[in-house]
Amino acid sequence: MNKLILGRYFPGDSLIHQVDPRAKLIAGIAFIFISFMAKNGQGLILLWLFTFLVMSVTKIGFRAFFRGVRPLIWLILFTLFLQILFTAGGTIYFTWGPFKISEFGLINALFIFSRFVTIIFVTTAVTLTTKPMELTDGLNFLMRPLRFLHVPVDELSVMLSIALRFIPNLLDETQRIMDAQKARGAVFGEGSLFHQMKALVPIFLPLFSGSLNRGEELANVMDVRGYRSELPRSSFRQLNWGVKETICMLIMVLLIAAFAILDLVS
Amino acid sequence: MNEPMIQVENLTFKYNRLKESNTLSSVSFSVDKGEWLSVIGNNGAGKSTLAALLIGLLKPQSGSIFVCGIPLNEETKWVIRRRAGIVFQNPDNQFIGATVQDDVAFGMENLNMPVEEMRRRVIEALKLVDLLNVREADPSRLSGGQKQRVAIAGVLALHPDLLILDEAFVMLDPRSRCDLLQTLKRLKAEQELTILSITHDMNEAAASDRILVLKNGYVTRSGSPAEIFSAEMDVEAPFGERLRRLLLSKKRRVPESYLTESEWIQWLCK
Ligand SMILES: Nc1ncnc2c1ncn2[C@@H]1O[C@H](COP(=O)(O)OP(=O)(O)O)[C@@H](O)[C@H]1O
Ligand SMILES: [Mg+2]
Repeated sequence: MNKLILGRYFPGDSLIHQVDPRAKLIAGIAFIFISFMAKNGQGLILLWLFTFLVMSVTKIGFRAFFRGVRPLIWLILFTLFLQILFTAGGTIYFTWGPFKISEFGLINALFIFSRFVTIIFVTTAVTLTTKPMELTDGLNFLMRPLRFLHVPVDELSVMLSIALRFIPNLLDETQRIMDAQKARGAVFGEGSLFHQMKALVPIFLPLFSGSLNRGEELANVMDVRGYRSELPRSSFRQLNWGVKETICMLIMVLLIAAFAILDLVS
Repeated sequence: MNEPMIQVENLTFKYNRLKESNTLSSVSFSVDKGEWLSVIGNNGAGKSTLAALLIGLLKPQSGSIFVCGIPLNEETKWVIRRRAGIVFQNPDNQFIGATVQDDVAFGMENLNMPVEEMRRRVIEALKLVDLLNVREADPSRLSGGQKQRVAIAGVLALHPDLLILDEAFVMLDPRSRCDLLQTLKRLKAEQELTILSITHDMNEAAASDRILVLKNGYVTRSGSPAEIFSAEMDVEAPFGERLRRLLLSKKRRVPESYLTESEWIQWLCK
């Protein structure tokens, strides 16, 4: 039911689960850059090897990772087609008007496909192994420098964590309202578009007013429990950076070095 | 020098200025330090409104509120909220943290408390409500009663002088309700905790020191549980009082006032 990227945590006790969210976030971002360093065959192989290594260390079935690719599949295919059809160079295998399928086009497409998919797999590995709240804490830490630009980092992360906390409630509520409407004979997902839209109104109205009420009550609770955005707050959840995290960073540095060497050699 | 914990004078409030009738009409009462006051009354009597006013969520039209001797207003409400905690009716919308222990810690985080102290107090508070075993659980996995206990723990962790409970026990099973009432009684005795508890449960009201009856925004009566149960024939009385009234209607000899169950045993065995 919960399809949101941030809410897809898979409980587990793998090595990656135990790593501090900051290290995972940094590694994930680093990987995005690294994937652009792969410029030859060996680089490509290394990219995929690393990705599969990360995926298997999470001890989560590969199916969960493919689910991460699914929403982006059309974007990937579209990009691939553009690459294949409009890149010229090398041996030309096929021509039809302005379209060509060339050697370079296919190679380019392979690289782009690999980058896309490995980035999705690795970032999915991060979100699947990190509790949403830890992710929020990690983001909060990484965005700290933005405070100097007067970005309300702490407020944003409180907002984010409360939003995350209420997503399951909202989904439950949607289901409940839909069930209630169904029990009264409402039919969803059938008939003309206009009909389908009309059927959604009795869901969104209660959902919306429910959220408003909930929001107001929640604001009151935060208020009486002493939440004041202008004052410094301590944090009960502590992040700690240990050996594991440093090793994680070292691995990323080694990976960068490996790609740099591969690039120089060829 | 024993000033009352709460002193309310001529408190008047209405939600809608255009309306004639007040939600609360010149309500006056006071609660001593270490006292347990129950507020009872029909639905819509204004009990929750009174609680919201006491913690500074609403502003009275007229009248004054003193908590811990401090007059309640926009500036002082933060000071007062450090010493007074409230637990609301609906436990679902009170849950802020992602896990039980995160939620209990929320109030302490707002006070910028050091982590070690928070850890210690979270464990202490969760022990008080007997939920230490689910401290890692997320709220969706808890029952309504458990959520109410988490909310109570979140307030107790702050070591308040005053605890305001707005029907905070309704979802509790009888067993944990009994345990929690015992715990609160102990805190009241040991730490002079003052409790203002809004309730529909007459057994709970019977356990308190004094009862305030609110009817359509007016305080109609205030007194010891014994006085209230004997006088207010239309409140759904606890077992002891129902027994007394039943015997009375059968023209039997009965005690003059409300008795608790153990008092009944003594009386019957005389
Ligand atoms: N936010 C609000 N806006 C307008 N009227 C309200 C609001 N909350 C409560 N009321 C009204 O005020 C009266 C007292 O409500 P409340 O204090 O919740 O009663 P109780 O808790 O004793 O059942 C009720 O008539 C209710 O309809
Ligand atoms: Mg109420």
